[in-house]
Amino acid sequence: MNTLSALRLFYDQVLAILGKDIRYELRSKQTWLGMGLFALLVFVIFNFAFDLRVENRAAVAPGALWVAFVFASLLGLGRTFAAEREGGSLDRLLLCPVDRRAIYLAKLLGNLLFIAVVELVALPVFAALFSISLFSGELLPIVLLGTLGVAIIGTLFSAMTAVTRARELLLPLLVFPLIVPVVIAAVRATGALMLVAPNEPPWLGLLVAFDVIFLSLALLTCSYVLEE
Amino acid sequence: MTDTGSKEQARKQRPDQARGEQFVATPLAGRQETRPQSKVGRPLVEIQKLSKSFAFRPVLRGIDLSLQAGERLALLGANGAGKTTLLRVLACLTRPSGGHALVAGLDCVHDAQEVRRLVGLVAHQPYLYEELTALENLLFFARMYGVTRGRERALSLLERVGLARRAHERVRLLSRGQVQRLALARALLHEPRLLLLDEAETGLDEAGVALLSRLLAEHIAQGGALILTTHRPEFAFQQADRLAMLKGGRIVYQAATAELELAEVRHAYQEVVG
Repeated sequence: MNTLSALRLFYDQVLAILGKDIRYELRSKQTWLGMGLFALLVFVIFNFAFDLRVENRAAVAPGALWVAFVFASLLGLGRTFAAEREGGSLDRLLLCPVDRRAIYLAKLLGNLLFIAVVELVALPVFAALFSISLFSGELLPIVLLGTLGVAIIGTLFSAMTAVTRARELLLPLLVFPLIVPVVIAAVRATGALMLVAPNEPPWLGLLVAFDVIFLSLALLTCSYVLEE
Repeated sequence: MTDTGSKEQARKQRPDQARGEQFVATPLAGRQETRPQSKVGRPLVEIQKLSKSFAFRPVLRGIDLSLQAGERLALLGANGAGKTTLLRVLACLTRPSGGHALVAGLDCVHDAQEVRRLVGLVAHQPYLYEELTALENLLFFARMYGVTRGRERALSLLERVGLARRAHERVRLLSRGQVQRLALARALLHEPRLLLLDEAETGLDEAGVALLSRLLAEHIAQGGALILTTHRPEFAFQQADRLAMLKGGRIVYQAATAELELAEVRHAYQEVVG
């Protein structure tokens, strides 16, 4: 098989797994609904829990936004491989002559899509509850890069913890420390959109660097993680 | 070797006389002569000193086996004897702790991707995507194996396993036996040379077992080989050319079915299982 055919097969397998996951999720509705409802509940609780006078909003809102996104994402990320493991179908997937990076990439894209849909629904609700206008073009790359960072780490560790009994407990314990830089950068970059502060470091640059480094590491290690 | 002689040899190799030591009875000389020439040569499956441990607990202890193309081997043994682990090693789902397992000369560890193209597995649990239809499941796996004209192949297999009319129904709506038939269709999708069946007859009714036998016969006629595990000596006796019984991760009994009576197989099985 030449390089071009191998590449074509690789992308066909990525698309097949991604398509299967989307179709499966649309029919079972196990993940999207839970993630979406969770994000909305976090917004409502934060809305009541914090003093949201005008001078406080810029300080509280970015944190509330990313706490909701990160926690809701983890609900979905935990299901990425656990659902396959529970049904035993991951073994059947691993039985196929599929590049393990194709499986990881498809799961990552699926997670990214699921989280993005939840964010798309949650953002207008957040803007309404916190009386904040978030619909500037600059928010899009922050949300995209921040979500990608969380999904890269979460997808890899979801594969790792899927075989463990205490995966619901273990996944956040492993993921949270690693995504601290993403959360800090995303919160600060979002805050900078609401309240311009002088001498802010390039948070978007940090997000890009994090995503590139950890995506490379994940692609290098996913074969071992999935097979062992 | 006369028929009486070979049966006598098989009796001599009964597990009660093995005293827990591994021994390999090979009363297969008569069968070798009747095999077509194309099936003789380098074995399709070569297993040498294969061992596997889970958390320092040995599950397989120095297994030696070989299987020619066109040959059918049944593995019997109690739960935990190592049957499923042996199949998982051959399917490249588990790495062995020691020894080698080769399929068509390819190593199950170093050439795993190539071996996966040659192997089909049916387990007692079907492991299909329940929210997808029967056809969608087969189409998905056809893409995973890079099967050309996957749709035609999937539809033809659904027809062969008697599920053509239920092709567009979700798997969770199918009966246990129908799901098992679908799992069989999926295992045959990429035309594997080696078929591994882990208690595949589980959940199948009489017609289902007859269908399984027919499909296995076709697979063998096309030059494929198969290894099946079962807890039913009579099923093993009907389906296999050769029996191997495992106990504590070792092969303690091996014989050709043509040289045995069903009662002898049952007796040997009872002694192995205890």
